[in-house]
Amino acid sequence: MSAPAAVRSARRRREAAPTTRFDTALGWTRAGAAVTALRWVLVALVVLVFAVPFLTVVLGAFDASPDATRFTLLPSDLTLQNFVVAGERGVYGFLAHSLVILGGGLLLQVAISVLTAYGLARFRFRGQGVVLVLFLLTMMLPEEVIAVPLSLVIGDLPVLGTNLRGTVFGVILPVAMWGFSILIMTEFMRDIPKEIEEAARLDGVGELRMLLLVILPLCRPALGVVTIFGFMMIWDQYLLPLIAADDPSDYTLTVALSLLRSDPQVGSGVLLAGALLALVPSLVVYLLMQRSLVTGITSGATKG
Amino acid sequence: MTLTSPAGGGPARTSARRRAAVVPALPPARVVRGPSRPRLQRALVPWLFLVPGLAFAAVFKLWPMLQGFRLSVLEVQPFLGDLFVGLDNYRAVLSDPRFVDALGHTVLLGVGTALGGLVVGTALALLLEGSSPVLAVTRTAVFLPVVTAVAVVGEIWRIIYFPTSTGLLNSVLGWVGIPAQQFLGDPQTALWWVVVVGVWTAAPYDMVIILAGLAGIDRSLYEAASVDGASVWQRLRHIVIPGLRASISVVLTLAAIRSLRTFTEVYVLTGGGPAGATEVWMTRVYSLGFRSNDLGLASAASVLLLVVTLVLTLAVRWATARRSAA
Repeated sequence: MSAPAAVRSARRRREAAPTTRFDTALGWTRAGAAVTALRWVLVALVVLVFAVPFLTVVLGAFDASPDATRFTLLPSDLTLQNFVVAGERGVYGFLAHSLVILGGGLLLQVAISVLTAYGLARFRFRGQGVVLVLFLLTMMLPEEVIAVPLSLVIGDLPVLGTNLRGTVFGVILPVAMWGFSILIMTEFMRDIPKEIEEAARLDGVGELRMLLLVILPLCRPALGVVTIFGFMMIWDQYLLPLIAADDPSDYTLTVALSLLRSDPQVGSGVLLAGALLALVPSLVVYLLMQRSLVTGITSGATKG
Repeated sequence: MTLTSPAGGGPARTSARRRAAVVPALPPARVVRGPSRPRLQRALVPWLFLVPGLAFAAVFKLWPMLQGFRLSVLEVQPFLGDLFVGLDNYRAVLSDPRFVDALGHTVLLGVGTALGGLVVGTALALLLEGSSPVLAVTRTAVFLPVVTAVAVVGEIWRIIYFPTSTGLLNSVLGWVGIPAQQFLGDPQTALWWVVVVGVWTAAPYDMVIILAGLAGIDRSLYEAASVDGASVWQRLRHIVIPGLRASISVVLTLAAIRSLRTFTEVYVLTGGGPAGATEVWMTRVYSLGFRSNDLGLASAASVLLLVVTLVLTLAVRWATARRSAA
């Protein structure tokens, strides 16, 4: 019993050796102590440059000193005062506004991309190529480029004549159709083998139930990618809430940060409190969905 | 039999054939309903799924785009009626020195950010490649700038760049004996400080792409090179860089093209100032369209940006398609 195990582990060690020697392009594991030490110094420096700015936001938001632009890693006095003052400036209203737009926009965006992808990936029909090119075209069309006419459309919706300006729908509806998420869903659904549908077809399942009960449960990886990219896309909107607003009280939180910054009566601690509130949703979503994010980026990269 | 008609498409045909082979005795519900569903009705089914997406695309993308083309040849006068001015708006944009300056800034910012992001991102990837948990946590932390909303990044950096000697970056510079900088307040250097912020957010994104590329390189090549006595530099030059080129070149070019429409970073960091030193194409469009309400001029500038973006994007895609076909 013990002998074969020893042989096995020895063999495993032999097999593992070549790969661990070069588990990285630079061959860090083969390097001497001095190089390894240098590496960890560099890693610490990288963390300092890329992560410490976020730490200063957190610390500055809880810092009692009015001059939070100073470089302090240990706040002199911890306080919630900045959040109270930020609340008086309506920050929680802006946050609620942002969250409503996020929830509504993301729900609509995912629903539309799932429906459209099902239509494009699971059927063959005349005009399919044209529709696909059309969605590709909307992807290549930068949102910024249509900002001016879009603001007119938001003010006076074609056919309906409704004015969306100053409402959450002025931001939710324009982000509802996103070519990127449609394409991701379509490519994923196309790879699901047809045979999976057949058993359900024999049972006489309709198209809508086919989508919801058979196809969608198989699309979880794609749904993850679409959700986190949709979140980042909607939370990142700046120009759109700016042009869809009737007055500053309609801003989303990220846009409203500029109000806190230019308010002469509040210090940067209050601005940082607002920035922290805008940061928390991103952090939560990122830490929960990191894998989907990396999948999305790398699959986009290999497809070019 | 209607099930095998072309309108039914692939799945119906296969299922029909399979049914005939496997369960000929048990006619499923589909056969009963099949003939009662006219061909036209079945052809409509995919379109029902496409209607929401198409409707939103039409109202919020295509219609505004067409409106943009229309506005770009008009002098828009509220209450007075619009005036057709032909290509005058385009001529005005191209001869406006502020737009010419903005174009230069936009290209500099785009190319600087793309190249800087690539160099720093590659360095990050090479440094942070590996399976140790500490490295995994570091990679997670380094990626934070990418997931943060650009406006929040801008506000953070405004505070980092605070131009007094007690400002965050100035204190750090003070430790190594560099005098306090004006950063975004200095027209000479402001654009470069904007580029730094761009690199800070682009580099971690590029890092993830490059890490994926590195993972795809055959480890035995490193081994062979090491047996042949190749130095680290030679290994990078002859194995790593050729192995990465395909995956990163397209992404990078597309990133550079995308950065032509940079707006939020500049708007939050400097608003185009000081004295127009960081004005980019879109901040100029914004102030024309939404501050001075010159919708015709702003639309003409937008259309120019759209045309440039489309031409460059299609050129890159065409070039890659041709290269991969060759």
